[in-house]
Amino acid sequence: MPELRDAAIVAGNRIPFARSGTAYARASNLDMLTAAIDGLVARTGLAGETLGEVAGGAVLKHARDFNLVREAVLASALADDTPAFDVQKACDTSLEATLAVANKVRLGQVDVGIGCGVDTTSDAPVALNDDLRKVLLAAQSAGSPGEWARLIGQLRPSQIVPEVPRNEEASTGLSMGEHQAITTAEWDISRQAQDELALASHQHLAAAWDRGFFDDLVTPYLGLERDNNLRPDSTLEKLGALRPVFGDPDTGTMTAGNSTPLTDGAAAVLVATPEWADEHGLPVLARLVDAESAAVDYVHGHEGLLMAPVYAVPRLLARNGLTLQDFDLYELHEAFAATVLATLAAWEDEEFSRERLGLDEPLGAIDRERLNVAGSSLATGHPFAATGARIVATAAKLLAERDDWAHGGRALVSICAAGGNGLVAILEK
Amino acid sequence: MSDLYARIVNHDLGQKVADLVGLPKPARLRRHEPGQPLADGPVVVGGDGDLAVAAHTVLAEAGLVVHGSPASADEVPRYAALVFDASGLATSPELVALHDFFHTTVRRLGASARVVVLARPPASTTTPAARAAQRALEGFTRSLGKEMRAGGTVNLVEVAPGAESGMAAPLRFLLSGRSAFVSGQRITVSAPATGPTPDPRAPHTGRVAVVTGAARGIGEAIARTLARDGATVVCVDLPSAGDDLATVANDVGGTALQLDVTDEDAGAVLAAHVADRHGALDIMVHNAGITRDKTMVGMDRAWWELVLAVNLTAIEAIDAALIEADVLGPQPRIVCVSSMSGIAGNRGQSNYAASKAGVIGHVEALARDLAARGGTINAVAPGFIETEMTAAVPVGTREFGRRLNSLSQGGLPIDVAETIGYLAWLDADGVNGTTLRVCGQNLLGA
Repeated sequence: MPELRDAAIVAGNRIPFARSGTAYARASNLDMLTAAIDGLVARTGLAGETLGEVAGGAVLKHARDFNLVREAVLASALADDTPAFDVQKACDTSLEATLAVANKVRLGQVDVGIGCGVDTTSDAPVALNDDLRKVLLAAQSAGSPGEWARLIGQLRPSQIVPEVPRNEEASTGLSMGEHQAITTAEWDISRQAQDELALASHQHLAAAWDRGFFDDLVTPYLGLERDNNLRPDSTLEKLGALRPVFGDPDTGTMTAGNSTPLTDGAAAVLVATPEWADEHGLPVLARLVDAESAAVDYVHGHEGLLMAPVYAVPRLLARNGLTLQDFDLYELHEAFAATVLATLAAWEDEEFSRERLGLDEPLGAIDRERLNVAGSSLATGHPFAATGARIVATAAKLLAERDDWAHGGRALVSICAAGGNGLVAILEK
Repeated sequence: MSDLYARIVNHDLGQKVADLVGLPKPARLRRHEPGQPLADGPVVVGGDGDLAVAAHTVLAEAGLVVHGSPASADEVPRYAALVFDASGLATSPELVALHDFFHTTVRRLGASARVVVLARPPASTTTPAARAAQRALEGFTRSLGKEMRAGGTVNLVEVAPGAESGMAAPLRFLLSGRSAFVSGQRITVSAPATGPTPDPRAPHTGRVAVVTGAARGIGEAIARTLARDGATVVCVDLPSAGDDLATVANDVGGTALQLDVTDEDAGAVLAAHVADRHGALDIMVHNAGITRDKTMVGMDRAWWELVLAVNLTAIEAIDAALIEADVLGPQPRIVCVSSMSGIAGNRGQSNYAASKAGVIGHVEALARDLAARGGTINAVAPGFIETEMTAAVPVGTREFGRRLNSLSQGGLPIDVAETIGYLAWLDADGVNGTTLRVCGQNLLGA
C-alpha cells in the first residue's frame, strides 16, 4: 500500500446563511450551491480548471436534483469535465463529502477536490402522496384503455393532499427537537446553561464578523452580507423570556433561542495535497487527519438521537493516541445547545463512560474557552448539508491564524445527524 | 448604458430634425476590438521637425500605410489620421505651417479620425520665440479638437529632447480605437522608453495586475480589459460586493480578494496576497472610489473623512506598503483614477474634488521613486462616463453633463480602462507622474 499523502484544507467559502423563508426564499439548492462553489473558485483563482472530484449534497432534494452537485459544477466557473457526485447523510452530509474527497487525496486518487453541501427549507420538495402516486404509476403501465379508465376512476379528492417533508425521524415519528428533549431531560441540562451557550455562540459569531474573520470565508448572495439569524445584541434576559418549544410545556428547557432554526445556505471547502496548494500559491490552512463515524440505537430508546458523536470520539482518540484535552479548538455542532451540553456531560460521566463507552476513565472536561470560538450553528443557523463544510473551513482558518497553539494547532470537529448518525474528525495545522 | 438621445439623432428622421435645429450629433465612436488594425486606413505624417521620421517608422512598424504627404483625393479619399511634427516650429510666423498642412487635409479625414501634433515641451526650448511657438500648439490642438466631426480627436504629444523613443506608445495609443474618448489632451513624454514594444493583441501577457473597486462599473471594465490583453487580474472590492466581484474574477480567470482598502493592513494583505499567489505585482490600478456629495456648509465631517480615506489616503497607504514589502515587479506600473472634478472642481464635491486633486499630487510625488524602480505612476481623470452612478443622475443634469464635450456624448467605462491599459504598457514608461484626462475634451477645467 502506498504511503498516505496529506489532505490539506486550502480554502473555504459559503454564502451567508439565511433563516427559512427570508433572503433565499426564492433560491433553489442548485442556485445556492453554484454560488458557493463560484465564490470558492473566484477566491482561489480556479476558473476554467478541472478538479479531481467534487462531492456534496443536500438533505431536502427535489427528484430532479438527483445529480445536484454535478449540475452545480456544470453551472459553475469550473471546467465542465470536473467529475462530481452526491452524498446524503443528513447533517453530516458535507463533512462526509469533504472526508470522501480528503480520502481520495490521501490515497493519491486525486490531487484536489471540493467537499460541499446545501440545503433549503424554503424551496423544499412537495411530493404526491403515496396513494395518488401508486394509481398514477399503475395507470401509466395500464394494458388497455378500459384498465386505464378503471384505475383513473380510483382517484379520490383525498389523494390530492401532498406529501410535505417533515423534520422527523422515520422510525419514531418524533421530531429532532422532541428527541433532544428526551436526552436533555435525561442529562438534566439546565435552561440557564443552554441559554448561556446560545448567547456565547451569537457573541462569538458577531465578534468574528466584526473583525473581518469571514472576509475570505463568505461571499454575499442575493443582497445578504451576513448570517441573518445572528443576534449580536441578544442577552440572557431576552433568551430567558422565550417559552419552551420542545419537551414538557411547563418544565421544558429548549426554546427557539437555544435551538437552531430552519435555515437556507450552502458551503464548500477546497481540499488538496500540500504540493498542489503550493503550486497554486495557495495556503495549507490545516490538514484533515482522521475521522470516525458512529451511530446509536435511538429507536428502542437505548440512546439519544443526537448522541452518536459521544461514541465516535473515544474511538477516534484511541486510534490517534490522543486525549480529549489534547485539542486547541473544539467545533461541536450546535444542533441544540442541549446537544453540545449533553455530549460534554456524557464525556465527563464515569458511569456512562464505563457502561456505554467501555472506558475505565471518562474522557473528562474540556476547556470551554476553546469551544466554538467563532460561533456555531445556534448563531449561523443550520442548513443541514452545508454545516459540515462551514465548520471545517472555519476551524481550518482558525488554526491557520495562530502559530502559538499549545497542542500545535489541533481541532476536534463533531457533528451529530438525523438517523442517530454522527461523524467526528481531527484537523491539524 | 443607453444614450437615448444619441440613438434618436442617429436615426434617419431624428437626424433630419437635429440638422434642422442645429442639435449636437454624437457619433458612434470607433473602439478597440482585439485583432483590429491600429487605424482604419492610411495616415499622413507631415511636418519637418526632428520627430517626423521616428513617427513614420513607429506607425509603419505598427502596420499602417504611412504617406509623407497627402495623396490625391482620387487615390485616397479618406485618411484615418494626420500626424504633424511641429517640433521644428521655432517662431510665431513659422506656425503658418499648421495652416498649410491642416487647411486642406482635415476635411479628408474619415469617421473617428485622429489628429496628433508632435511638439517639444515649451520649457525645453532655448529661445523665447521657440517657447512661445511650442506653447501656441496647445491652443491650436484644443481648438481643432472642438472642430472635429464624426468622433474625431486631436491630441498633442510633447517629446522632451532625448526621450524620442518614448513617443511610440502614446502615438500608437492615440491613433488606435483605445483612445476613443481622449481628445484635446497634452501628453508629455519625459523619458525614453525602456521596455519592448508589446504584442498589440495581448500587451499585458504574463503581467499580474491588481484592480481595486473591480466588482462593477469602471473597475469591472478595467479588470476585463487588462485580462483581455493578457494580464492575470486580482480583483479587489469590499466584502459586501463579493458576489459581483466573484463573477468578474471568474469571468476574467482571475482571483477575488474581498478587502476594504481603508483597512489599516490593506496594503500588507494585498502585498502578501500578490506575493503568495503570483510572486510579484506588475500593474496596480487604484480605482476604488466613492462620492458623498454636499455643499461645504451642509457636509458632515464624517463624509469628508470617508471620501478622503477611500479616495486618497488608502492609495497612499497601499502604495507605501507595496514599496515597503518590495512586491513590485521589475517594470511596475501604478495607475490611479482621478477625476475631472479634481481638475475643474464641482459644486457639492469639495471633499471628492480635494481627494481626486490629491491623487494628481500623489502621482507627481511618487514618479521619481517609481522611475528609480524602472516603473511609472500616472493617473487618469475620467470626465462624464456612462455608469450605474451617472445613470442615477437626474435626466436634465445627465443630458447636460454628457453633451458638454467635443464628442457630444458620455464616455464608456472601457474608454477609461483602455487608457489605463496603455499607461501600463511596457514601452509606455516615457510618460510618468502625469494625469491624462479621458473626457472627450470636456469643457470643464479645460
